[in-house]
Amino acid sequence: MNDRNRELKPFVEAPDDDMIICRCEEITKGEIRRAVHDGMFTLTEIRRYLRTGMGLCQGQTCTKLVKSIVARELGVKPNALGSATGRAPMRPIEMQILAKDKGE
Amino acid sequence: MKADVVIVGGGIMGCAAAYNLAQNGVSVIVLEGSENIGNGGSVRNGGGVRQSGRDPRELPLVMYAIKHIWPNLSDMLDTNVEYHQQGNLRLGGTEQNQKILEGLTERAVKCGLDVRMISGDEAREINPYLSDAVTCASWCPTDGHANPLMATMGYYKMARRLGAHFISDEKIVSLRKIKGKVCQAISASGNVYEGDQIILAAGYESRFLASTVGVDVPMQPVLLETLVTEAVAPMFWQMLGTADADFYGHQTDHGSFVFGLNSGLEPFAKPGKPVSSSIAASAACRGIMRYFPSLAEIKVVRSWAGWIDICADHVPVISKVEEAPGLILACGFSGHGFGISPAVGLVLAQLATGQETAVDLSPLRYGRWA
Repeated sequence: MNDRNRELKPFVEAPDDDMIICRCEEITKGEIRRAVHDGMFTLTEIRRYLRTGMGLCQGQTCTKLVKSIVARELGVKPNALGSATGRAPMRPIEMQILAKDKGE
Repeated sequence: MKADVVIVGGGIMGCAAAYNLAQNGVSVIVLEGSENIGNGGSVRNGGGVRQSGRDPRELPLVMYAIKHIWPNLSDMLDTNVEYHQQGNLRLGGTEQNQKILEGLTERAVKCGLDVRMISGDEAREINPYLSDAVTCASWCPTDGHANPLMATMGYYKMARRLGAHFISDEKIVSLRKIKGKVCQAISASGNVYEGDQIILAAGYESRFLASTVGVDVPMQPVLLETLVTEAVAPMFWQMLGTADADFYGHQTDHGSFVFGLNSGLEPFAKPGKPVSSSIAASAACRGIMRYFPSLAEIKVVRSWAGWIDICADHVPVISKVEEAPGLILACGFSGHGFGISPAVGLVLAQLATGQETAVDLSPLRYGRWA
């Protein structure tokens, strides 16, 4: 049970808020921190709201960083947040290649 | 825990209803069974905000939403929902396709919708990326699309800001009647949530929950799959569909394309967690490239799947229930709930507070099958 009415510490701007965390989608640390204060309490919600981990690398670079930022903002351990979702295909594939699943 | 209204299901319908209720000062608790808000069809759909191709029984809801809510939704929710109203092209390439499209068009015109048949060349004037394989299309200039993730999370964010109480990871396992009135929702962990009205908007799971108070909505879960491409420079803003329904989709603000798929095997998907099949994305790529050859080199970045709740007669149930007072059903959206969701949120709030609804809901009433 995850009660969304829990009190977070007030949002305080930080000097490194403009640091880019998700490189593919160019999402900054400040945007992630603000999203938590807007109620996005899970990695999946952050992803849906900001597109973190939805770019070409599918979060292989930033997932750990996003997790630690969200955990700190919520005041929980990163482990408590669970893992982010992986999606097929694991690498970007051109439509004309993906279309050839029959082999020819 | 008590509130005026308890909403079971934290998807876009539940969040939109909570937003409308909270705005009117009604206390509301929203219960989401999974860990994440909007985990079902709300964030697993193609983003269509369509009137064309819609069943006449739910057409008034989408027309209301497009006229009164969608154009202002980004401001209302303080969230860019990426709404574009630049028309819907439903494409055809055979005589049989043309007949399907003409039938859909004729039906929609009868309901007062501005939709018409156009030739392949006229379609290519609207969208120059279309190949010569397109020989006919239906064109509805007032249709469009939006971003389902942003709309869902936006409704959640604003409802929460207005005081709606959200609890996730709280799976409701039964409803309970007291003195003949449905007024409690009970979770797997035994917590009891009490409200004057219970709105049931839990997708297909609504069927099990409604059955705990003797109400049955005839619906089945069917898998839906989608692929998402890399971002490219803007090409077009129309919503696309085909007469064969083998793919549908649009380009997003972000630049990526989102294409819903249909391999034909979806009705036979295994129950449980929605999983992408190995064949659907490939099949859809062939269909997409036939009409859009210039997308051949665009890269598919990810694919995903989700469940839609198909009602026996393919329109939702948005209704109070005579034999279960206190219960309001909002389920069976049959894969086209997203476009009507802002209007559904409004009418659910009106139903729950005993006001007259903005749209006549009698064609969507429970018990219409009897």
